[in-house]
Amino acid sequence: MALSIEDIKKVAHLARIEINENDANATLNKLSGILALIEQMQAVDTSGIVPMSHAQDLSQRLRDDVVSKTNLRDEFQKNAPILGNGSQELAVAGGLYLVPKVIE
Amino acid sequence: MEWEVVIGLETHTQLQTVSKIFSGASVKYGAEPNTQACEVSLALPGVLPVLNKQAVHCAIKFGLAINAEIAPRSVFARKNYFYPDLPKGYQISQFELPVVGKGAITIQVPAAGKQSAYEKVVNITRAHLEEDAGKSVHGAVEGMSGIDLNRAGTPLLEIVTEPDMRSAAEAVAYAKKLHELVQWIGICDGNMQEGSFRCDVNVSVRPKGSDKLGTRREIKNLNSFKFMTQAIEYETRWQIETLEDGGKIQQATVLFNPDTGETRAMRSKEEANDYRYFPDPDLLPLVISEQDKARVQADMPELPAAMKARLEAKFALSSYDASSLTASRELADYFMAAIDAGAEPKQTANWVMGSLSAKLNSEDKDLSSSPISAQQLAQLLKRISDGTISNNAAKQVFDAMWQGEGEVDSIIAAKGLKQESDSGAIEAIIDEVLAANAAMVEEFKAGKEKAFNALVGQAMKASKGKANPAQVNDILKKKLQA
Repeated sequence: MALSIEDIKKVAHLARIEINENDANATLNKLSGILALIEQMQAVDTSGIVPMSHAQDLSQRLRDDVVSKTNLRDEFQKNAPILGNGSQELAVAGGLYLVPKVIE
Repeated sequence: MEWEVVIGLETHTQLQTVSKIFSGASVKYGAEPNTQACEVSLALPGVLPVLNKQAVHCAIKFGLAINAEIAPRSVFARKNYFYPDLPKGYQISQFELPVVGKGAITIQVPAAGKQSAYEKVVNITRAHLEEDAGKSVHGAVEGMSGIDLNRAGTPLLEIVTEPDMRSAAEAVAYAKKLHELVQWIGICDGNMQEGSFRCDVNVSVRPKGSDKLGTRREIKNLNSFKFMTQAIEYETRWQIETLEDGGKIQQATVLFNPDTGETRAMRSKEEANDYRYFPDPDLLPLVISEQDKARVQADMPELPAAMKARLEAKFALSSYDASSLTASRELADYFMAAIDAGAEPKQTANWVMGSLSAKLNSEDKDLSSSPISAQQLAQLLKRISDGTISNNAAKQVFDAMWQGEGEVDSIIAAKGLKQESDSGAIEAIIDEVLAANAAMVEEFKAGKEKAFNALVGQAMKASKGKANPAQVNDILKKKLQA
């Protein structure tokens, strides 16, 4: 499968990574190399083999449904980012974390 | 051209747990912002998700209830997108291998206009476990949005149908049925105001007779059946008009505005919908054994369809009665409690679906807050069957009990509603009536059947409505034939 520079830019945008022309070209080469390797691996007959979904051959342990966490909001909110725009205050208000306005 | 609408639903049901799906934070509704947002909900570095056993239990329960395959091995995946109420940058969901596979739900579509009521099977494609996102609060601080992560990590079961529905009525009938079912099996509280049951509806139209699906638009987050009807009807009309005007439908997510009754596109899906799913390396595959399923099965209540069949067979109720009584677990439990307290089934069905439902509706009350318990209703019905009171008097007793005026027998005594069942006293009344209405007696003897009813009426009136009507009939007949 041949990758284009547009594919690289699209993936970078989806991952919110800023990428310049040079880096995009370098990434294109590296990713194309990985895909070529995968293409080689696809020559192996894997019919009848259950696809692996985890590196360890174990199954998920389950947790009993009990509330074990206490309210640590004040501690956690000390880690909130600085509001910025000249303000040194934390980006919290009324218990909420503040982010730039999102409108849909 | 004649058009056909094609509808499929995705429903997010909040599972009944006390803690989150991947952490021990509380999921209690209505807490102060972020007081139930632990380090896992906040996605602080180094935290790991640990799956809640009860959430899995609920998923298995649902799978068994719709006769679906329960995956012996299912996998959690990361659904990647950026939004401030999703601090990890991905939602943990299931993609290729969901916990519940194909199943089916039978719905009853009510009669409308010329169309009579009918049943239909809606196929379920899958149901998968996932976590809910947080909540954005607008307007609290100028120019900023506030984020409350209490809801982040709340366990959800997303239930996806095939595009099997062909009208708003069918879609709503399905949503209502599903809403009843998840509450019946106790996996979801069904509270739509609090967002415990939210529907996304995929709508497309195509020329009638075509087997190709049209381009769909997805109406997001409908949390009332009324809005669902309005939104689907508006959207269907809009799509047909657009196509008839030579336009094209763009795949999109739309929101319904209850104030205008219109739908409006939210974002173009092409770019936003590239979620780049991959298996979450933080979670191992979920393995469900035959023993696990058997354990859940043992914990399953009798399902509405089975109970309906049982009510029809055991109590000779009509299909309509049995299906109304099994519309909710609460109603079914109430009915059975009245039967257990000695009430007669058909009569109980009539009262529960008649006087009781009417009263509850008129006061906008739930059955759980009914002032009259199943045992009290049973006692009232017993007083009808043993001849203590007439049906009419029973209605008065019912109203008095509703007002909290006391128990059945004390109300009957206080209001003097007891029927006169002493045959001597009734005979005396009838003798008086016959003497005073010689003309009617003659008419009856001349073959006028109607005169008999008039005489019964006179006797009832003379007793101030307290005489047992059956006895009045018997005695009067004997006397006239004598």
